[in-house]
Amino acid sequence: MNFPKELKYSKTHEWIRYEGDAAFIGISDYAQHALGDLVFVNLPEPGDELVMGEALGDVESVKAVSDIFSPVSGTVLEINEELLDSPEKINEEPYEAWFVKVGDITETEELLDADAYEALAEEEEANA
Amino acid sequence: MEKKTPLYDTHVKYGGSIVEFGGFLLPVQYETGIKKEHLTVRTECGLFDVSHMGEILVQGPKSLDWLNYVLTNDFTGMKDGRARYSPMCNEQGGTVDDLIVYKRGDDDYFVVVNAANKDKDYGWMKAHEQEGVTVTDVSDQYGQLALQGPKAQTILEKLVPADMIPEGYYTANFHGEIKGIPCIISRTGYTGEDGFEIYMAADKAAEIWEILMEAGKDQGLIPCGLGARDTLRLEAAMPLYGHEMNDEISPKTAGLGFAVKMDKPDFIGKEAMEKAMPLQKRRAGLKAVSRGILREHCEVFDGEEKIGETTSGTFLPYLGGSYALSIIDADKYEVGKTLRVVVRGRSIDAEIVPLPFYKREK
Repeated sequence: MNFPKELKYSKTHEWIRYEGDAAFIGISDYAQHALGDLVFVNLPEPGDELVMGEALGDVESVKAVSDIFSPVSGTVLEINEELLDSPEKINEEPYEAWFVKVGDITETEELLDADAYEALAEEEEANA
Repeated sequence: MEKKTPLYDTHVKYGGSIVEFGGFLLPVQYETGIKKEHLTVRTECGLFDVSHMGEILVQGPKSLDWLNYVLTNDFTGMKDGRARYSPMCNEQGGTVDDLIVYKRGDDDYFVVVNAANKDKDYGWMKAHEQEGVTVTDVSDQYGQLALQGPKAQTILEKLVPADMIPEGYYTANFHGEIKGIPCIISRTGYTGEDGFEIYMAADKAAEIWEILMEAGKDQGLIPCGLGARDTLRLEAAMPLYGHEMNDEISPKTAGLGFAVKMDKPDFIGKEAMEKAMPLQKRRAGLKAVSRGILREHCEVFDGEEKIGETTSGTFLPYLGGSYALSIIDADKYEVGKTLRVVVRGRSIDAEIVPLPFYKREK
């Protein structure tokens, strides 16, 4: 599994990439693998307020629905509409398949670097 | 504690993700994933471990009369080597289980039941045992593999002589043999494709698995888990106990009237089912026509009026959309009508469509 060094990660398996004052949020390679083939995505609307630690949307596999949590509080600037029609992109390229671009960030949870996150993912996999 | 099928170590070796189902530890999927496994069964072939299913023998001179009384289908005139699907009902007309009866010979029937219901079924049958009938649970003695898909016949032909392969759907050969290992070869399945269900001694199941995998290598055969088994059966609109029917739901409501023979003199549940006519509720197939995935146990509305509930629902990989089976008010049923299914507080538009959702070309 792949965990790019330039990204930060949440303990709930989202990744975050900063670009200026804004941040892109997606889910990690570990998360997409654990969820299995994704067949549906629910995203917020541009302009929606995100609250740190709360669901920003959800993804559905054949078997289950899983919430995607926002590691920041802020405002949705853009959503990745491509995912609505092609949720399989999340499985294929988890670090290209961003869900939302967030601005006006007022709060950010404690994030992990790639090494710390990889350790966490390995531990969870061993316990799965 | 969960039981392991004789193939547990094989699943681990093949990279299966193990979950609990019907009291057994089984793979929900392999590394390939549910979608690929599902599509491979539609286009090539998949191999499933279904050793968790229960096997019960019904033997003795009164077997036929007894089956006709305890089960809803009619077994009169059934030939040796034939298989017949049937619900088994309680006095209230609810469904104890659904099962398959094979006739091995006069006074000798082999009955295959759902894993999660096996103890309940066996208890029910034992409680209704009569003189001249012996019911025996032989589940632990058997392993069962399902070889399913358009390439199933080609794969099996590499291993057994053509005259050993049953030709007709719902027929079986009780004297089959794969590389010297005795097995029952049955042309049945739970995927909507052509294929076989193969029974063997439990301690030979892993060996037969490897023989089939090797024979299927150049035919695209892959191992498939319970996830694909569920999506395949739903695509073919085959019922799953605990979803489409249960102790309270009659097989007629669940759309299984073809296997309930009301013209038989008597059977358990007949009186209750007669009283329940005309049916107030019926099965309906739904296809999502707005964004979202239909799920099981969600309320179904016609406008603002609640008219029923979904019993199974998910994304179906071959059809490429979301579908559900539901039970709704019979007088609201009309193919083409758009209903609403509320999934986790969100309303999804769903059209009533004919069943099955998927039917293979013969």
